[in-house]
Amino acid sequence: MGRRPRRQEIPLRLELRGITKRFGDLVANDHIDITVEPGEVHALLGENGAGKSTLMNQLYGMLQPDEGEIVVDGVPRVFRSPRDAIAAGIGMVHQHFMLVPVFTVAENIALGAERTRGGPLGVLDRRRARQEVIDVSQRYGLPVDPDEKVENLPVGAQQRVEIVKALTRDVDLLILDEPTAVLTPQETDELLAVMRGLAETGKSIVFITHKLREVKAIADRITVIRRGQTVVTTSPDTGEDELAALMVGRQVSLDVEKGPADPGRTVLTISGLIVDDDRGIRAVDGVDLEVRAGEVLGVAGVQGNGQTELVEAVMGLRPVLGGTVTIDNENLVGMSTKHILRSAVGYIPEDRSLDGVIREFTVAENLVLDMYDREPYGNGFRLNPDAIGAGARERVEQFDIRTGSADALVGTLSGGNQQKVVVAREMSRPLRLFIAAQPTRGVDVGSIEFIHNRIVRERDNGTAVLVVSSELDEVVGLADRIAVMYRGRVLAVVSPDTPREQIGLLMAGVTDAVPGAVPGAGHGVTSEEGQA
Amino acid sequence: MTATEAPAPEKKEQPAKESFATVFVQNLWSANTVVVTILSIVLAMVIGAVLIVISDSDVLKTFGYFTSRPSDAITGSWNVISSAYGNLFKGAILDPAAVSAWMHGTGTWQGAFYSISETLTYAAPLVFTGLSVAVAFRGGLFNIGGQGQATIGCITAAVAGFASGLPIVLNLIFALLAGLIGGAIWGFVPGILKARTGAHEVIITIMLNYTALLFLTWVIGVGGVHDPKRSDAISKAVPTSGQLPSFGGSLRVNLGIVLAVLVTAAVAWLLKSSAFGFELRAVGANPAASRTAGISVAKTYTLLMVVAGGLAGLGGAAQVLGTAYTLTPAVAGNIGFNGLLVALLGRNKAWGTLFAALLYGALQAGGNRMQSYAGISLELVGVLQALIVIFVAAPALVKTIFHLRAARAARLGASMAKGW
Amino acid sequence: MSTATVEELTEATAPVRFWDRERRLGVALVALGVAAAAIFGTLAPGKTARFTLSQDATGAALSINGAFGAVLFGLVAVGAGAALLARVARRWQTTLLVIGILAFVLSFLCWQVAGKFMPLVDTANGTLQVALPLILGALAGVIGERSGVVNVAIEGQFLFGAFFAALIGTMATSVWAGLISAAVGGVIIAGMLAVMAIRFLVDQVVVGIVLNLFATGVTGFLYEGLMQTNQKAYNQPPALPTWSVPGLSSIPVIGPVLFNTNVLTWIALALVFIVHFGLTRTRWGLRTRAVGEHPTAADTVGIRVRGLRYMNVLIGGAIAGAGGAYFTLVATASFQKNMTSGAGFIALAALIFGRWTPFGALGAALFFGFAQKLATYLSAVGSPVPSQFLNMLPYLATIIAVAGLVGRVRAPAADGQPYVKS
Repeated sequence: MGRRPRRQEIPLRLELRGITKRFGDLVANDHIDITVEPGEVHALLGENGAGKSTLMNQLYGMLQPDEGEIVVDGVPRVFRSPRDAIAAGIGMVHQHFMLVPVFTVAENIALGAERTRGGPLGVLDRRRARQEVIDVSQRYGLPVDPDEKVENLPVGAQQRVEIVKALTRDVDLLILDEPTAVLTPQETDELLAVMRGLAETGKSIVFITHKLREVKAIADRITVIRRGQTVVTTSPDTGEDELAALMVGRQVSLDVEKGPADPGRTVLTISGLIVDDDRGIRAVDGVDLEVRAGEVLGVAGVQGNGQTELVEAVMGLRPVLGGTVTIDNENLVGMSTKHILRSAVGYIPEDRSLDGVIREFTVAENLVLDMYDREPYGNGFRLNPDAIGAGARERVEQFDIRTGSADALVGTLSGGNQQKVVVAREMSRPLRLFIAAQPTRGVDVGSIEFIHNRIVRERDNGTAVLVVSSELDEVVGLADRIAVMYRGRVLAVVSPDTPREQIGLLMAGVTDAVPGAVPGAGHGVTSEEGQA
Repeated sequence: MTATEAPAPEKKEQPAKESFATVFVQNLWSANTVVVTILSIVLAMVIGAVLIVISDSDVLKTFGYFTSRPSDAITGSWNVISSAYGNLFKGAILDPAAVSAWMHGTGTWQGAFYSISETLTYAAPLVFTGLSVAVAFRGGLFNIGGQGQATIGCITAAVAGFASGLPIVLNLIFALLAGLIGGAIWGFVPGILKARTGAHEVIITIMLNYTALLFLTWVIGVGGVHDPKRSDAISKAVPTSGQLPSFGGSLRVNLGIVLAVLVTAAVAWLLKSSAFGFELRAVGANPAASRTAGISVAKTYTLLMVVAGGLAGLGGAAQVLGTAYTLTPAVAGNIGFNGLLVALLGRNKAWGTLFAALLYGALQAGGNRMQSYAGISLELVGVLQALIVIFVAAPALVKTIFHLRAARAARLGASMAKGW
Repeated sequence: MSTATVEELTEATAPVRFWDRERRLGVALVALGVAAAAIFGTLAPGKTARFTLSQDATGAALSINGAFGAVLFGLVAVGAGAALLARVARRWQTTLLVIGILAFVLSFLCWQVAGKFMPLVDTANGTLQVALPLILGALAGVIGERSGVVNVAIEGQFLFGAFFAALIGTMATSVWAGLISAAVGGVIIAGMLAVMAIRFLVDQVVVGIVLNLFATGVTGFLYEGLMQTNQKAYNQPPALPTWSVPGLSSIPVIGPVLFNTNVLTWIALALVFIVHFGLTRTRWGLRTRAVGEHPTAADTVGIRVRGLRYMNVLIGGAIAGAGGAYFTLVATASFQKNMTSGAGFIALAALIFGRWTPFGALGAALFFGFAQKLATYLSAVGSPVPSQFLNMLPYLATIIAVAGLVGRVRAPAADGQPYVKS
């Protein structure tokens, strides 16, 4: 079985030597060397697509390396499945939670290591399972409710469940993959504190991220990965600019270049909007927003506070239960998505692989996905392949879409290029309003710069732009005004010069210290947080 | 979770150009679709051969003393297998005896072409039902209801045929249209239910199959439909003005096959070059992205099932106006279910479906002769047809059995797995 | 300034859609009830409808005037529909729906049975027996689909089960050998399904359908080759004996139905409880459900996803195969080509209608069994409705159930998706 002896707080020294992993022609990891000392918080820094997750999947036994070895406490180990990794004392908290939504917390934590009442039937011992959850949760200061269904928990709580799950397996090295992607700044600070606490008990932590700020706040050492290779292992004293340059391989400007806005008429007016989510729970609870021509309104807020539903409702993808949405005083509520798009509205959905592009279609086909029945691409009855092809080639050029040809299947493109296809599609027609939800999620830095520039360009053309993003830096960089959403309401609309901490507080629902915030819509600092 | 790819991988060295012969041989032994199809057929026939041997009690007896006299078992098996498959071929393509008879003047040209005629006759309705399934699949729907839609098409075409009183040509067109509309209605039901309630079309269409069959047995007995001169379950006959013209005599092949080819071309055009084809392919590939881009998934599903139903209905019409001429409880045969197999074999492509239908028509025609001359049950044809598709649908399986190399560019039967 | 109290988000009032699902069902029920009261009430002769507790026309019975009963139950349906329209609490919705449908059926029966009699015991027994293969088939589906593998091949498993039960049962002159080989037959088809779906990643619905055609062909072929010519040697299996539990079998109605019956019935009912217990209370059940909802999560905690799926599909195959034995060891005494005529698909519908739970499947199977039994009864009793339309009842009931009543049900989240490590 090879399970490490169960002695408390045995520090674990981990070495990755020459790890190489290929997927066909693509070399995802190229002779990676990393050492993790016992009790240290080691950050793995790299941009989207650098190969970090692949590396960690091998460390956790989900994949096997083609070359190289994993050495735990001086002994080379082979992990053929997560079981082996767990037995060696390694646990993982994935970026996309590995929790069964319809199970309770206790069931999720028990899964795979169930306590049974003995006997061949394997009847579950629910009481012991609950107790174990409560014990571990108290020991490490991670409050969770064992009987609640995971799907009802907020994201921060779900993450705590994942961590407790790993800790109940007696791990000594914990891998956290992009853990702060879904947290408010406050929750992020709490998580960082938890990590520091765990490290002090002797656990080692490997923490994967692309966020420079966190890395400098918490890491003992930082390894930068770029294009599948280790670039350098350095200390957190390194400057942010230098780290960014190491991540991307060239000097990057972290700021978006833009001039002052020149706002004109009000284009989009949302008033008292009420929308439910898929489960019938109120997601947008009376939102008022205005976007003017020639400005960017950024909507900040942690994922899950109603932004998704807001945007979907405006685009006709979700029923509006109350309130109004108008564009230049034309009503949009109840209109079909096609009608709304034809009203000179552009839309970038937040999950491109789900509902942005069709992977099995070519680039050219994706570029006409909403215009195939309009001249010159078609007449509603038949398609005009020549026009489609010519238009596609032009846009591939204009938008710098890296692809072999316009007839390549979109699924073969990288994430950033797929997003550029969506951007190209939406920006290639005259627009009054442009809505972008999480426009650069999972996209490489080069494409991020490109997309940001195009958004600013669109604004300067007089289009009204609405950008929803859970990356605060992006919102602050792009927006001329920022609306902060929390639990389905807009708490305040502030200027991008507002100090980050204040915006962070708003994102967490604290309305105290912010002038002009909607009273009673959030809550004060001194109150009890209805913490789940 | 896949890692998002790193931007712009380095360019690779171009391999040296290979000679044509090398490429040809390499492709021959790689798992591209043509090779896989042929090998699947071979594999199916091998298993069929085993079944033939098992079901022949005389040959089974010789296996009883296999160790002492293996030659009996071997020759016995060989005889029965070759007799079966020989007749299969003769019934499907041509019978050398009949051809040479025609050459020497002792036989007619009809006799020589009889087998091909039978193949084309059986193939024609299968083209329609196959296209019905294929088009639906491309749009992301499982149309298992081809049998029911074809049955209703038979009914409406036949009734229109003998009740309309229209003159020649007009009657035929009217009856064909009636068949198409009947099938379209039967396809509309699962389509609208899917669009409005999300009800899964597999169950609905299967239930409608059985309902259609029961409806057929009832309708045959209804006054006005039932043939008053007969006491058994048979309807009035469609007059010649409503029938699909054929060569006459023993050659049953009729205009249906020509119609089938034309419809295949139309469907191919629809899928590739029409706006509706674009919509249904988009919805089939990714309904969420289609919806976000403004395509109405509900409308597409409904229209798609209407089209699919109409195609299957046309198949029923071809069956009844081309060969059967009257309604009996078994008039629709198995054309709906075979249409499913045909579509799968044809990889859900229009022309592929046509060729697959020809193959299945051949198996049907050959099977008839195999049953009459070699005494092998017609059910074997059903088994072969199913096995071929099983192997074709899992090219990986055939690959493993034959140790084929992975094809470099070909995408093999990659259907997306769907649940409910 | 700051508020010291916990936040209170008052929900902004939204105009709720008037015609939501509950209201629409209510309207449908009211309409059905009114139609029932009006049409069945008028058509029903004023004679007595007798629902007898014994096997024949004499003896104890529940009697009611036909016309009166039709109207009465029609009004009950209207009442249930009205309650739904008035938007009662969610807990009562299903109950009211069931009451409403039951009332409609009773109204219909009052019309049909007026002047005649309907033997309740026979009806209940027939319902359970017809439902028997459906229960087993649906259970097979539950186990497979909860682990994420769609099983459309239940029909093929039935056919193989029925065929092998007949064949081996005859050749070994043992009904138990027949029953066991029926399970084996189901496992064969299930094995093919498992390999194609799990290992070769073929579309699971397609595989299921093709396997059904394959099973039809093979059993038909072997029937013609072996059985047709020599029924005595190959196709005369002994029947499953009827056993009786002393004492319990004397309870009116339930007694003869549940306690004086063949062993397959007990196996089926026991399996419902066993599978339920297994799924909810055991390690196997937890893992199965995890694999069906979120296989990646299960994989990350070390569960062998594919292995578990294989095992469950094969177990399901055995159960469905045993269900097939019903046709040749209980219902009839020999195998006929295509004798299952869609029962496997009705079992699939029962699975969906029962929301992928064992008890739900039981309820749904009984519902469909009743529809079929009703059709037989009505045709025997000489109903004016043509027999073909009566035989459509189970199929139409399935359509209505799946399309109308079920609403948008949620299958196990990973149902039908092959698990590929990425």
